[in-house]
Amino acid sequence: MSERIPVLKTEHLGITFGGLRAVSDFNIEIYEGELIGLIGPNGAGKTTVFNLLTGVYQPTEGSVYLCGEKLNGRKIHQFVDAGIARTFQNIRLFSQMTVAENVKVAFSKDIKYGMLSSIFRSPAYWKTEREIEEKAMNLLSIFKLEGKAGYLASALPYGEQRKLEIARALATNMKVLLLDEPAAGMNPTETAELLECINIIRERFGVAILLIEHDMSLVMNICERIQVINFGQTIARGLPEEIASNPEVIEAYLGK
Amino acid sequence: MKKQNYLSGYVINFIACAALIVFSAVAGTLGFSVKLSTIIWQCCYFIILACSLNLVLGFLGQLSLGHCGFMAIGAYASALISLAFQRAGFYTEKSGPQFMLVLIICVIAAGLLAALVGLIVGIPALRLKGDYLAIITLGFGMIIVNVINNLPFCGMDGLSQGSASSALYQTGLGFILNQLTDYLWLPVTLMVLCVAAMFLFIRSKYGRAIRAIRDNEIAASASGLNVSYYKVLTFVFGAFFAGIAGAIFACCNSSLTTGSFSFTSSSILNSTFIVVMVVVGGMGSLTGSAVAAVGMFMLNYTIKNGKWVESLPEFLQMVFSYPMLVYSIALIIVIIFRPKGIFGTYEFSLRRFFVSIPKLPQMIKNRAAAKKEKAEVAENE
Repeated sequence: MSERIPVLKTEHLGITFGGLRAVSDFNIEIYEGELIGLIGPNGAGKTTVFNLLTGVYQPTEGSVYLCGEKLNGRKIHQFVDAGIARTFQNIRLFSQMTVAENVKVAFSKDIKYGMLSSIFRSPAYWKTEREIEEKAMNLLSIFKLEGKAGYLASALPYGEQRKLEIARALATNMKVLLLDEPAAGMNPTETAELLECINIIRERFGVAILLIEHDMSLVMNICERIQVINFGQTIARGLPEEIASNPEVIEAYLGK
Repeated sequence: MKKQNYLSGYVINFIACAALIVFSAVAGTLGFSVKLSTIIWQCCYFIILACSLNLVLGFLGQLSLGHCGFMAIGAYASALISLAFQRAGFYTEKSGPQFMLVLIICVIAAGLLAALVGLIVGIPALRLKGDYLAIITLGFGMIIVNVINNLPFCGMDGLSQGSASSALYQTGLGFILNQLTDYLWLPVTLMVLCVAAMFLFIRSKYGRAIRAIRDNEIAASASGLNVSYYKVLTFVFGAFFAGIAGAIFACCNSSLTTGSFSFTSSSILNSTFIVVMVVVGGMGSLTGSAVAAVGMFMLNYTIKNGKWVESLPEFLQMVFSYPMLVYSIALIIVIIFRPKGIFGTYEFSLRRFFVSIPKLPQMIKNRAAAKKEKAEVAENE
């Protein structure tokens, strides 16, 4: 059997803001269906890594590969086209649009009909719109949001807004899903529900997931491998148990 | 079920639009006065202008203050093209199939030219946001007017010295007097077509995409939308319809001067005034824009020509002698009491309207019952 190509791979990824090296020499390999945790103390550069992986920042060194394809220099939407989707630490929904529309927006890149079709309401328009309606409802039903499809996104409770954001990311038909603190601000019940959701996503979609999280019990529970960064440097990587007993990691979190 | 709803909606709207157009076509035989016809002409181009600006301002969420610049391009393009055809001897009088052809060409060319300039302006300008975009579009609006002013074949001098200005209404597509009534179908048809096109545009993937960009640009690009493409597209689309509004403007005026499109123009035709119409009507509602456009225009018209101002107390008459003051007060009142505009994001639907008519008595009954219950509860307490 030939060697497996990692879905997402970075080589010596780094970025400097002026004189500040926010992230340096960041290497990660994620294979299909894997769930990897990215942890670190506040200000360690976790979200910067996400921004590098999604094209928000252009790396000053190193490169990002998706299925062996180099993504450097592309724009944010081209990263999404290639197959990287993300959620945000502070929820970013289209608040004045309905729940269903939020998901439909993410399907836009797959919609083929053009301007004239939409103005003259050609059969292609109806066909695609019907398909998208169906796909969106399917996706929402996974997160038990189908009953609220007509609500404004801003009217949803916090936990469901998080879920909707994940649903929207899934709608882009991605290969790698980056979740930025999905459990932030959730109570234990909501966190348990989220855990369930993540498991369903892995079963149904078989995507690779990279997760930033501060809730250690969640991270230790579901992640297969964990990478720890501090001050932009990778200080440890390995299995959850190894990380939990790694003296350097404990030092980074608690001090000497 | 759902598709049936759509279908019946389309049929009803189509019948309503057709009725409106037929009505305007026979306006001449119905004895519409020239005065009334002129008002309808003006309302039509204001509706198109306000709606097209709403695409950019309300749906895309980008403040553009140069909308009248695109209108100027449309007006001059259509006027000059019609004059060129006339000089070439393509038509001699303002009727017949050949003139119709010229009319169609003029309107389409006006839209396309305005769209082209919109593209040239939009690509650099839409890299900016907020106040900066407002300032740069304001500048572009002024630049467009100045460029037109200084073009040898259409400038301020050019037109007033007989090359087009006076010639426009004699030979070009400028309509006068009875012609305004006879050709009333033209602005009405264009208005219906433009508003319909804009409405269908916002109810498609494009509309969804631009509203997503308005709500959260970062999330929109992270959902795979090419933000700058959609922004420029909407800007160009809006400019296209502003150009068509310009063509209508050229038709209902006997002469063209760039002064009527300039930013300092004190008339109601002013980029800021169109912005006010959109804000008052509701950013994100084409219905609102159309209603506000007609409402503001009629307010302006009656303040200037109506007799009702004279019946007001003397103090108010003094206020009303400065119409701009009245509009700003009206705007402040709307913003205080309805911050999202009169209609917010509500769209009027004829189908919903007809469906709700039979339910009306029931609705009133329910409301009365609810009120009664409330009163009883209050009494018991």
